Order: sequence, then C-alpha cells, then structure tokens
Amino acid sequence: MKLFSKIYQFLFFLFLYSPIAILIIYSFNDSKSRVIWGGFTFKWYIKLINNSEILSAFSNTIIIAVVSSVIATVLGTLAAVGIVNTKSIFKKVLINITNLPMLNPEIVTGISMMLLFVFIYSKTGFLKPGLLTLILSHSTFCLPYVVLSVLPKLRQMDSSIYEAAQDLGCNHFQAFFKVVMPQITSGVVTGFMMSFTMSIDDFLISYFTSGTVQTLPLTIYSMTRRIISPEINALSTVLFVIMFTLVIIINIRKGRERVKKSNQHILSQFIKI
Amino acid sequence: MKKILKRIILLSIFVSTISTVIAKDDNITINVYNWGEYISNGSDGGLNVNAQFTKETGINVNYTTFQTNEELFAKLSGGGANYDVIIPSDYTISKLIENDMLHKLDFNNIPNYNFIDNNFRNLEYDSKNEYAVPYTWGVVGIYYNKKYVNEREEDIDWNILWNKKYSGKILMFDNARDSFGISLIRLGKSINSTNEDDLHKAYQELIDQKPLVQSYVMDQIFDKIGNSEAVLAPYYSGDAALIMKNNPDIGFVIPKNGSIKFVDSMCIPKGAKYKEEAEKYINFMCRTDIALENISYIGYSSPQREVMDILSKDNSYNKFSYPDDDTIKNCEIFLNLPSEVNILLNSLWIEVKIGTDSNWILFLATILGFIILYISVYIYKKRKNKLFYK
Repeated sequence: MKLFSKIYQFLFFLFLYSPIAILIIYSFNDSKSRVIWGGFTFKWYIKLINNSEILSAFSNTIIIAVVSSVIATVLGTLAAVGIVNTKSIFKKVLINITNLPMLNPEIVTGISMMLLFVFIYSKTGFLKPGLLTLILSHSTFCLPYVVLSVLPKLRQMDSSIYEAAQDLGCNHFQAFFKVVMPQITSGVVTGFMMSFTMSIDDFLISYFTSGTVQTLPLTIYSMTRRIISPEINALSTVLFVIMFTLVIIINIRKGRERVKKSNQHILSQFIKI
Repeated sequence: MKKILKRIILLSIFVSTISTVIAKDDNITINVYNWGEYISNGSDGGLNVNAQFTKETGINVNYTTFQTNEELFAKLSGGGANYDVIIPSDYTISKLIENDMLHKLDFNNIPNYNFIDNNFRNLEYDSKNEYAVPYTWGVVGIYYNKKYVNEREEDIDWNILWNKKYSGKILMFDNARDSFGISLIRLGKSINSTNEDDLHKAYQELIDQKPLVQSYVMDQIFDKIGNSEAVLAPYYSGDAALIMKNNPDIGFVIPKNGSIKFVDSMCIPKGAKYKEEAEKYINFMCRTDIALENISYIGYSSPQREVMDILSKDNSYNKFSYPDDDTIKNCEIFLNLPSEVNILLNSLWIEVKIGTDSNWILFLATILGFIILYISVYIYKKRKNKLFYK
C-alpha cells in the first residue's frame, strides 16, 4: 500500500512538472526545433533581452495583471463585506449575480465587452480600446474570484468581534482595518494571486478588447504560423524561477515566524512556572 | 518597516499605472500590424528595423502581430483598433478593397516603390496598383524526406499526398483555402473556382485523403517533418531554411502541375490616424538595405530585384525561395471569393476536419449519458430517503 501511494505521488508530480521541465530544458537548446536537441546554449536568453517586441508585450502583461488584480482585490473585498452584511434573500441573489460572470463562457464575456467599449468609444470618444479597456475588462472578470475567496473567510469570522471593537472605541474604518482585515487577509491574498495569474494567461478576453496593444499570450499565438521562438521558453523559465524563489522565500519566512512564536510560547510557560 | 515597504509598493504601483495610462509621448506613434515573426527585430544579430525607423524619423512604432488573415480582418471590422500600416495577404487585400476599408496610397510619398520588380506590380488583387506595396511573397510546395520518399524529385507532384504508400505519414494544411487550393489544382481547376461542383469534387478528394493524413497542422510541421515523424507535407517555400537546417534529409519541390503563390503587401486601412507617416514607414521598408535585413531574417522571398540579386550570391536556400519563371507562371494567387462560396468552402472544410455523422452520435451520447447519470442519482437519493424515514 505504501509503495502504491509513493508511485501515485511520483506520477502526480510527474504530470504536474514534466511540461515545465521540458520547457526549461528546451530554453537551452541550440536549435530552433522543439524536438531536436542541437546542443547547450544561452543564446535565447541573450536574444530575449534584445527583443523589444516580446519585452514590451511582457511589460504590458505585467502592468495589466498588477493593476487589474489590485483593482479587483479592493473592489472584491468590499463587495464581499457588503454581501455578508445584507439580508438573507437579497444576499443569495447578490452571490449568484457575482458568480454568473465566472460561469459565463469567456468568449461571450470578451465579445460583449468589445461591443460595449466600441459602442462607448464611437459615441463619446472615451475608452479607446487599448491599455485602459484591457485593465477594465481584466479587473471585471477577476472580481468574482476575489469575492469567492474572501466570502468564506468573512463567514468564518465571528461578527461580534467587529461589534466588540466598536464598543472599545474603534470607528468603522479602524474596526475594519484592525480587526476584520487581519482575519480575512489569507482570503484576500488568495484572491489577489488568483486574479494575477488569471490576468496573465488570459487570451480570449484580451483578444477582443486589446485594440492596438499586445499582451504576451497574443504575441505567442501570433508566432505559431512560423514557429514559436525559444525566446518564449527563456522568458517562461525566468518567470518560473522568479515565482519559485518567491514561494520559497515566503515559506522560509513563515517557518521562521512559527519557530519564533513557539519559542515565545515555551518562554512564557517557563515564566508562569 | 513593513508598513513603509507596503506603502512604497502601493504608491509605486499607483504611480506607474497613472503614468502609463496618462503620459503621452510628444512624438507620433504609428500602429503597425504584421504577421508574427515577420520582421527583422535585431535578435539574430541583424538590424532592429523598427528602432532604426524611429531613430531616422522620430516616429515611434507600436508594432503588433497577428496569426491569420482572418484574425486581421476581424480586428479591423470589429472597430476600435486604428492601425496605420497592415500587412495582409493577397485575398484579404481584395476583400478589404471590396469593403472599402483601405486608403489609396500616395505614391509620391513612396519613391522606393520603384525598386519593386515588375512581376509584382498590377497583381490581380490590386490591378490598378493603388492600395498595396508588396512586402514578401512565396510559393506553396511539398517538403519531403529523401530517406523515406523514393520517388525522383521531378516525379513528385500533388498526387503524392494521396499515395497510400505514405499513409499516416502525410501532413496537410490546417486552413480551408490552402487545403482546397491543393485539391483543386490536383483536379486541374483554378484555386479561385466558384463553381460548386468543383468545390464538392475537391471536398470528396479531401475526404478520400483523410485516412492517409496524420494530422492537419500549421507550425507543428517544423517538428513533425524535422524529426521524421511525418515524411510529406505541403508548406510555404520561405520556411525551407528553417526546416532544412534541422534535418538535411528534407527536400522541397514545387509541383509542375501548378501551385499556390501568395504575396503579403503593406496597406493603409481606413481609420488610420497618420497616413503620411504610414507612407513614410512603407517607403522605409522598401529601401534596399532595410528590405535585405527583413528578408534575411524572415527567409521568405523578396519582391525587389536588387535584393534577390544580392541574396542569390550567399544564400544556398535561394533556389527554393526564387523558383524559375516557368514554375511561377504555373502558380496562382488567391482572390477573394464571393461570400456564399466562402461559406460553402468553410462548411465543407469543417466537414472534412471533424467528419459529419460520428460527431452527432458523440454529442447525443454525451447528453444521454448526463441524463442517465442525473436520473440514477435522483432515484438513488429517493430510495435512501425512504429507507431513512422507515
């Protein structure tokens, strides 16, 4: 049985990480082919630094992802707080309305947004399809994910704590930031992370609302008539390494905090004795 | 400390957004829409053409890319995107002209048009030479693996793609026009045929070919032909260098019974903000040194005589990119088809790719499966409840 679970574990991680491993290996491939190994090289990384097209698409993607996920997180958290505090029937309606865009096929969302933006632009001259519309549409489709990850945290929370904080002299804002926020932070961070990744790899909605701005997925897609340049492998490798180190750093810090806390705990026990 | 750091991060995000959204360069920026991987971008040790243009004229270039002509057309007709220079292929240009979506060019601003070879003027899609300046061109031919294909080079024509001997080793284009074009040429018809019978015959041939085809692909051909997974595939002549570098066993033939020729040209769509600057850009792209940089990066063929002459001295793949005049004369250019024919072509193509009947059965089976699952769960729950209440 133990052997079986070990094998299962191995297969699980193999499926998860073998594509990434292959991607990383082929970023060092000297030939442009995706199957033939032509020797070890760093040339794609050097070319990547000089390729303004890919880099500008990449910076667009990052700008859009950061800004739209910040907007989505702020609005989504506020919406979740509002939803939790509404009366029962209305609450269910609200939850369903916020969940709907998530179930809606992305292509429908994309086309409807394009129609809306083009309509507004042709009538008023505002909202020319471009960076701004991309940010707006990305924060819109990320919003439900934030609401969904913050809501359960709010439900878990005892509402009397908030009231107690107010009794003890906090105004609304202080009570929210000092008492509610720390308890729902993990949900907010999850929501932010999810929005960030969703925004980075979104293709369909960006395709319809991008105007003359190009994001990274659009650039990669346009390469497929010729052959996707291994510079993309190099870029993905860099991204993966950055994310990987970030996760490791976060975990190490968490671990240290835990150690500190347990030390304090032991210390306090000693003092009591 | 933490708080300060957080605030700094938030502030920097805020400032960067505001600045990217609001800040505008004093310089003019033209929007260029081109095929992916279709310009010298400085990464192969060549010249970064767009940067050079900005350096010489002070006009910034917002360079973006597309994957298919249809994508470009959808983007232009969808509204909201103002491009100044676009580089579509022949049949899309004629479609754009028919829909009155292109500006006439002012050739006084494009003196370098003189470099364009006479063979590439007054082409069918722009017969009066008003709208388009050729950028690259190419021919469709057959890539074959010399190790596995034992026919002699001069015997290879489109029929080999229907040869049962190579069953499972043949690749085909994953787009309607090219696949039907090949099938029509093989039947001795024009690739622009609007005759329904011709199209149905071509469709029947493609259906007959389907069991032999390994898959319908575009860029996967580089991998599949490269590692001998497939041995026969039609594709564009301009990719010869890229394919043969990885696998020297690969040969390339343009069938004698005719083929498809395509020309990608630079145009200015209606709605362009900076027409004069766009013409400057087109003129710049036609300059011999710039055209040479682009062509040596892309590998496709140049419509400029001088560039051809310079390249023929040092490029061994040149014979594939610049076939002799007799071969070219046999090649046809795609024209825009009337919309009914286009619809027919696309629906026939979908039938070729996914088949007609098997798909419906699968669809019905899925829905039936769902219904059965739902009912059984419902019954199971009811029974359980009954037991519980007893």
